[in-house]
Amino acid sequence: MGSDREQAVVVQRATRRFGSVTALADVTLQVATGEVVAVVGPSGCGKSTLLELVCGLESPDEGTVTAAPAALMAQRDLLLPWASALDNAALPLRVHGAGRREARAAAAPTFAAFGLAGFEGSRPAQLSGGMRQRVAFLRTLLAGKPVLCLDEPFAALDAIARAEMQAWLAAALERWAHTDPATPTATPAAAGGGSARTVLLVTHDVEEAVLLADRVVVLSPRPGRVVAELPVDLPRPRAATDPGVVVLRAAALDVLRSAPVAAAR
Amino acid sequence: MMALVLFAGLLGAWQLYADLGNVDDLILPAPAQIATALWDDRALLWHNLLVTAQEVALGILAALVLGLACAAALHFSRVLRHATYPLLVASQAVPVVVIAPLLIVWLGFGIAPKIAIVALVCFFPIVVTTLDALSRVDPDTLKLMRTLDASRWTAFRFAEAPAALPAALSGAKIAVAIAVIGAVFAEYAGSSDGLGHLILQSIPQLETARAWAAVVVLAAFAVALFYALDLVQRRLVPWTSTERPL
Repeated sequence: MGSDREQAVVVQRATRRFGSVTALADVTLQVATGEVVAVVGPSGCGKSTLLELVCGLESPDEGTVTAAPAALMAQRDLLLPWASALDNAALPLRVHGAGRREARAAAAPTFAAFGLAGFEGSRPAQLSGGMRQRVAFLRTLLAGKPVLCLDEPFAALDAIARAEMQAWLAAALERWAHTDPATPTATPAAAGGGSARTVLLVTHDVEEAVLLADRVVVLSPRPGRVVAELPVDLPRPRAATDPGVVVLRAAALDVLRSAPVAAAR
Repeated sequence: MMALVLFAGLLGAWQLYADLGNVDDLILPAPAQIATALWDDRALLWHNLLVTAQEVALGILAALVLGLACAAALHFSRVLRHATYPLLVASQAVPVVVIAPLLIVWLGFGIAPKIAIVALVCFFPIVVTTLDALSRVDPDTLKLMRTLDASRWTAFRFAEAPAALPAALSGAKIAVAIAVIGAVFAEYAGSSDGLGHLILQSIPQLETARAWAAVVVLAAFAVALFYALDLVQRRLVPWTSTERPL
């Protein structure tokens, strides 16, 4: 999928080491503009490192990483405890020089679409885990970057909240998929409904990957390398019990189990 | 409430000891005598409290301004931090009793050396607590700021400075108690008024109850200042106060 489309992220034979530990080995990965790619792998296989490379927080020791500007959403919401939900969401705008009032005015219209209406003035401690993740997601969107890197965004949530958030994100991704992929959203106002975004989702939850992504990339245990790519040509919205989802999940799990256990640890 | 009960108990024990223990009034006056002195000398005590309060308030303010600026500078520059940290510790190790007369000689008899001495003793706890809090800011939060293209200064303004504010105010609260001691030593070293000066004068005049009354006023002032800062802390950093009621 997507070889004829513009590539938003191109990782070419990238290797990243930390001291004597090789986190990523010879990883090659492409994500087309507007595509949703999920990267699955066991804990410690360098998934987070891959996202940090794409976001420009790290540089590869070997190989190259070229990517459109990318925003990172981490497993922890990292909301500022002293700021209201609205101010937290509007943080990227403030950082880019907008005044408090201007930033709030730009972020406020997006709250309803995220199920956060009425909680604009609440501090993070007053919000549920799912709401905090939604504020964090909104903040990532308002960064206005064409690529979204989601690092285990729902792993810290309980099972029910996670299922809710997956359904919610699936719906949001579908909304974007039906809009013109050629215009990546740069304006904050469009962030709530918005146009197509390229999403690189990292997770250890194979089901989550199959539910959300257009394509699932499987990494081996450390040092992470790509061991399989599974296209997910299934209609949306998807449910965990759909036969297609079940088959693909089983296939991905098979690959994960049979992946060679790396010697270097 | 518990504090009041404890306080009343201690006062009662003192009164009993003074009444029954056959202690000379001039050596240890009973609480009742101190209360009388508080009332009789209220104009004198009030006048001297205003002097000391001004020294303490201006001294803490100077220490806050300099301390926060210094902590920010040390946070930004690793070289500066390594170069000046020993000096900072030294500034705290210098005994106020020794330095106070020297500063009076240097800065004169007025309020300036008092402010300098109060600021000197308050500076260290403010800088150390603030610097410590700045270095403890969640690295993931700083990483987040980088992905939002925040400059070093923007990250400081939006993430680090607010995170360090509670600690800075805690440092100021610690500083309050020693600020009062600093002011008293500064007045001992040379002054014409202030509560420290009043205590120093009252003892040779055998006005022991008055000296104790001045001590009571000083203590009450320190407690009031502490709780005033506590109130400021709750207003300025309400996101932390829910976890730790005082």
